[in-house]
Amino acid sequence: MSSNSFAYNEQSGGGEATELGQEATSTISPSGAFGLFSSDMKKNEDLKQMLESNKDSAKLDAMKRIVGMIAKGKNASELFPAVVKNVASKNIEIKKLVYVYLVRYAEEQQDLALLSISTFQRALKDPNQLIRASALRVLSSIRVPIIVPIMMLAIKEASADLSPYVRKNAAHAIQKLYSLDPEQKEMLIEIIEKLLKDKSTLVAGSVVMAFEEVCPDRIDLIHKNYRKLCNLLVDVEEWGQVVIIHMLTRYARTQFVSPWRQGDVLEDNEKDFYDSDEEQKEKADKRKRPYAMDPDHRLLIRNTKPLLQSRNAAVVMAVAQLYWHIAPKSEAGIISKSLVRLLRSSREVQYIVLQNIATMSIQRKGMFEPYLKSFYVRSTDATMIKILKLEILTNLANEANISTLLREFQTYVKSQDKQFAAATIQTIGRCATSITEVSDTCLNGLVCLLSNRDEIVVAESVVVIKKLLQMQPMQHGEIIKHMAKLLDSITVPVARASILWLIGENCERVPKIAPDVLRKTAKSFTSEDDLVKLQILNLGAKLYLTNSKQTKLLTQYILNLGKYDQNYDIRDRTRFIRQLIVPNEKSGALSKYAKKIFLAQKPAPLLESPFKDRDHFQLGTLSHTLNTKATGYLELSNWPEVAPDPSVRNVEVIELAKEWTPAGKAKKENPDKKFYSESEEEEDSSESSSDSESESGSESGEDEEDDRSGDSAEDSGESGSEPEAGKGRAATRSRARGRGDSKDVDKEKENSKTSESSSGESSSIEESSSDSESESESEINLVSTPVALPTPALSPSLIADLEGLNLSATSSVISVSTPVFVPGKTHVLLHRMSGKGLAAHYFFPRQPCIFGDKMVSVQITLNNTTDQKIENIHVGGKKLPMGMQMHVFNPIESLEPAGSITVSMGIDFCDSTQTASFQLCTKDDCFSVNIQPPVGELLLPVAMSEKDFKKEQGMLSGMNETSTTIIAAPQNFASSVILQKIVNVANVGVVPSGQDNIHRFAAKTVHSGSLMLVTVELKEGSTAQLIINTEKTVIGSVLLRELKPVLSQG
Amino acid sequence: MLRGDARGRVPDWGGGHSGRSGRRRRRPCCRGDAGLSICRGFQTEKDSLRSLTVSTMIHSLFLINSSGDIFLEKHWKSVVSRSVCDYFFEAQERATEAENVPPVIPTPHHYLLSVYRHKIFFVAVIQTEVPPLFVIEFLHRVVDTFQDYFGVCSEPVIKDNVVVVYEVLEEMLDNGFPLATESNILKELIKPPTILRTVVNTITGSTNVGDQLPTGQLSVVPWRRTGVKYTNNEAYFDVIEEIDAIIDKSGSTITAEIQGVIDACVKLTGMPDLTLSFMNPRLLDDVSFHPCVRFKRWESERILSFIPPDGNFRLLSYHVSAQNLVAIPVYVKHNISFRDSSSLGRFEITVGPKQTMGKTIEGVTVTSQMPRGVLNMSLTPSQGTHTFDPVTKMLSWDVGKINPQKLPSLKGTMSLQAGASKPDENPTINLQFKIQQLAISGLKVNRLDMYGEKYKPFKGIKYMTKAGKFQVRT
Repeated sequence: MSSNSFAYNEQSGGGEATELGQEATSTISPSGAFGLFSSDMKKNEDLKQMLESNKDSAKLDAMKRIVGMIAKGKNASELFPAVVKNVASKNIEIKKLVYVYLVRYAEEQQDLALLSISTFQRALKDPNQLIRASALRVLSSIRVPIIVPIMMLAIKEASADLSPYVRKNAAHAIQKLYSLDPEQKEMLIEIIEKLLKDKSTLVAGSVVMAFEEVCPDRIDLIHKNYRKLCNLLVDVEEWGQVVIIHMLTRYARTQFVSPWRQGDVLEDNEKDFYDSDEEQKEKADKRKRPYAMDPDHRLLIRNTKPLLQSRNAAVVMAVAQLYWHIAPKSEAGIISKSLVRLLRSSREVQYIVLQNIATMSIQRKGMFEPYLKSFYVRSTDATMIKILKLEILTNLANEANISTLLREFQTYVKSQDKQFAAATIQTIGRCATSITEVSDTCLNGLVCLLSNRDEIVVAESVVVIKKLLQMQPMQHGEIIKHMAKLLDSITVPVARASILWLIGENCERVPKIAPDVLRKTAKSFTSEDDLVKLQILNLGAKLYLTNSKQTKLLTQYILNLGKYDQNYDIRDRTRFIRQLIVPNEKSGALSKYAKKIFLAQKPAPLLESPFKDRDHFQLGTLSHTLNTKATGYLELSNWPEVAPDPSVRNVEVIELAKEWTPAGKAKKENPDKKFYSESEEEEDSSESSSDSESESGSESGEDEEDDRSGDSAEDSGESGSEPEAGKGRAATRSRARGRGDSKDVDKEKENSKTSESSSGESSSIEESSSDSESESESEINLVSTPVALPTPALSPSLIADLEGLNLSATSSVISVSTPVFVPGKTHVLLHRMSGKGLAAHYFFPRQPCIFGDKMVSVQITLNNTTDQKIENIHVGGKKLPMGMQMHVFNPIESLEPAGSITVSMGIDFCDSTQTASFQLCTKDDCFSVNIQPPVGELLLPVAMSEKDFKKEQGMLSGMNETSTTIIAAPQNFASSVILQKIVNVANVGVVPSGQDNIHRFAAKTVHSGSLMLVTVELKEGSTAQLIINTEKTVIGSVLLRELKPVLSQG
Repeated sequence: MLRGDARGRVPDWGGGHSGRSGRRRRRPCCRGDAGLSICRGFQTEKDSLRSLTVSTMIHSLFLINSSGDIFLEKHWKSVVSRSVCDYFFEAQERATEAENVPPVIPTPHHYLLSVYRHKIFFVAVIQTEVPPLFVIEFLHRVVDTFQDYFGVCSEPVIKDNVVVVYEVLEEMLDNGFPLATESNILKELIKPPTILRTVVNTITGSTNVGDQLPTGQLSVVPWRRTGVKYTNNEAYFDVIEEIDAIIDKSGSTITAEIQGVIDACVKLTGMPDLTLSFMNPRLLDDVSFHPCVRFKRWESERILSFIPPDGNFRLLSYHVSAQNLVAIPVYVKHNISFRDSSSLGRFEITVGPKQTMGKTIEGVTVTSQMPRGVLNMSLTPSQGTHTFDPVTKMLSWDVGKINPQKLPSLKGTMSLQAGASKPDENPTINLQFKIQQLAISGLKVNRLDMYGEKYKPFKGIKYMTKAGKFQVRT
């Protein structure tokens, strides 16, 4: 931690000093950049004070400033102890901000973060689903390895929660736990398996995300849920849709056979096959035996189609890639329109979509040809967009549209954006090579560009012309001559080099010009670019071999110049050429072949699309965009030769009938095994959307037609009977939901029962607080179903009512509640005088202890008052009375001068006020210290109803009752005063009372869990009766003794 | 070397990058020695590798202003050091213009995905494979949300509202996966700051954080909040069409298409269920809907049936099929010529109405990026005002309304750099205009009906045609 924060400070102090200086005008850091460090310290001091104040407004203010610091990337970690105290704040905004802080810094301050855990554990059992969900969110976001078992348990419970929102959060938490501790994988997979079965649209996306993250290879988990996911897809929130679609694409590639016929594959390879897909299919049909698509395969393709209309570009792209990868090629055409639509949106979206279209358009031109004009470039496009559009235009070019395109390209060449103009010239070159009809036109056009004023354009043209000429060198003597002339004016090295190379290659075709060119360049050799020098050498060598009479001397002159060149590449080349071409006695056998070496027929370069090799990445992925495999990329497998058993996706009939169909329709489900899945999917789609239209039959297979028309007739009958057509969907749907839920309740009941029993078993190992209370808590949750009902009409006020109902129904149950009040009183553990500068204070945070449920948590603050580091602070020998136990804090490596650190411990006092003695040791010394708990701290508050209180009280009468009479001034008997006094002394919970003159408080002892009931009954005059009922009579009487003076005091 | 030659390639070919040698170096980097900062980036990158296990979606978000300062950071998982942004700055420098910064930048251990809006870069850091559009779309949604909350999305506003921004971001993502992105839900969770509320909050000590359940998130209509109440129930729909066109030199249309949207502002009590029908729905070629629209209903009856979100939202965006000829409402006559001999060029443009269906064209502005050789322009407009920025070479002419009797024109001369050859291309003219009460495609709303609630709402429909990306090549 310390090293971490040090690095952080250093960075913010040094590297960003300038930035901070600029930001200094803002409200948060009025200080300058250089005084930053010291003033920060001071400011934090006042933040601490604000956090410790009693006023919520001050705390809120402080938290806001701290969040501001975090947002700026400044280090606020030293405020951790002060902030974490407020985790149980009643003010919801403070709480939220504390959560923000915790999630940010918990990793660095693991020990202290543990203090907050119990708050979340309690909140996990809150009747309000949002509080449960947010507790789980924060608990799982605290990256502290110690709490892994607690997280595991929380996720397990939450995954069986009745609220789909909580289950959704559980799915998110799975990923967090997995990244914290991959060891938990097996257990997490079990939970994923369970959540995959969930029927809520809210959960589906998140759990599939978790699946992708934790166990993407466990494709077997999907089988049974495949159809359900397909059917739910339309109603899942948009982000979930993206994830599910990507997962189902991979799934489909492993489970179904290829819908692409052999002929299609051929088409992919054959470059100049321009037949439309339809024709292609017909031919293929004749050749091949008929192919029948798996109905599940069809289901996926059909159910994703509406999502092409989504407003979310990511969803549209996901569907597009699904169609591209798994739909029959004749059907993939529908995606192009939607993709073209996306080009209207922002620059970034365009960039990604264009990249994907570029890849697609290489393989299947036909798809995007109708949209050719949508890819025309506007002068306002960003350069990268322009170049991508150009790429697509090139891919789409064919004999029919090339003339239009070339005209368009002419405009582009003149663009002010020179990078784009250069790219256009290359494009023209590519068109010339791919469409032979226009290659002459293109070449002429490019030659015209040679007289352009802009050097970049000319240079690029030269380069492209060189490539073109290389492919058909015979006829173009004229162009070469023209280019030779250009050599006088052109200065761009690449272009000069290209021209020289071209003349060298064709030196026999331009016998007069070539030597002249060599003469000119020999003159300017010393001032040329290295690139050009090398080509001059090449040219010289070639001419020497073909026309040595004229050029022998020139070449030797050049070779001499090259010999003394500064660049060693050129010197090397010179030596090499000299050895090879100039015959001397030492020259070996190679020089005989010099001509063959230099003037060999060179293969023409292939002008290819840079997107050619991208198709092996799944479209729409990051890897595709980058054209390299990104971390975590999941390969799309090839179609299997033979489809795996399709029956694995069948869901048991009984379960199905129960899940999807109201009684009346059930009989339709059962018939004929062969049509079984068909009818089921039919059923599902009409059921899940509850929309009374038939599917548009056009895209469905012929064999479905009959079945379907029958269905749709029935459906339309239904819709006719619905008086208000508009209302139909929502109404029916919510009805369907209602049904589903009531069944869910039963099922969930079973579920949670089983999970309870399992958690009961494991609780002993996992040291968590899942005792009998927690089980009965989840009973409460069961009762609170109405909250989870997703009926839209349920107003918040109604929810509140329901909650009220539930609370009264909690009945005869002892559940630990939050402490009403946490006194800030600290006790001295070790005075700094006796501790040689080390001071220690302890304090009871009144939280259930995380180290063991029979322990009382104690928070110890250690201060170093010396001017030296105190090292290795730890707990030495313990002297504990019989039965008492203690969980010590982790040794502290070192404590800086004036530093302070807070640690927590757990002590099991065995429900007695006996002293726990132990030794607090540093590197050099040991100090004996004791902790004696006030009796009030041996309790945990309990929430119960008045009725239960009376019932329990009735059982604890006689010997178990102690009482006393108190006399005090009447103002001391105001209910708020009594409440305040009692909770100050003892950690008890308030029991709602029906009578004004009776105050009741309930608690249980930490160790044995015995009830402790406190009653204050106000009498006539200024007297009151204080009664305590408990089995633990000793503690009871001690408590009575302590309470009596407190209450009677003024 | 020989091999390179034998393949017929000039050595050091570099794939045609020849033209970029003269690249401009932009602004001196305020982060000091670039080499040093990269070095630092490397070290921390390596550190983070140690803790690298699996991770999800969006890891962190950095907001960077145009001068290259990171003014906000938010992490949803372990903290990723700021220094990762150095890779971004590097790419930014290379791109010279903000527009050209690639949206996806790979670094050794992370990937940076960014969007650029309102002069702010929103840079998301991710660690593993994720559909890039997913992140980009989400970032845009973040910007939209900010705009929705604060009216404008700018650096000072974000800095002033940093706490709300943080709270909103916290709700929008959980562990890097989007949680609540629907503005109706978010506004229930965290109330947008208004002046009134700020005053009230300071007096009463109440907060911006909603303490009620966002019931919408749990219901079947997650986009609508519950318990909506208005005294005046009203529903307004704006049909806005934009013409994207490229007109060539001679005035003929190279490409033209119409993109339309229907934006709605619905303030209706309770749970109204609306249907909207068109006179000529076949016009709509390609549509995308707000999630509230029932797709099946559209498929079969071409009727928009939906339970609307509360407040402003985009109901529908559509594309008018390319078969229909697009009426181009304006024409531009231009005569821009540079002469080789003199250092003066002639400039003259006239804008006139073409097919406007009798409506007036308003809000006309003409902008044009002049070639670099143009030093200054002396022009006189027949109406409106014009400016020419000699640094960026941007000419803009605010025309206003077009009066068909007296066509607006802008005439004058351009002074060119002496000695330099004439620019070999003429500038492109970009046009903006508005036509009220007209949907150029001819789309008409037939009727709007409401079910599910008893009261009679006030309904209003407005049509408008605008220029989208409307370019005239000269």
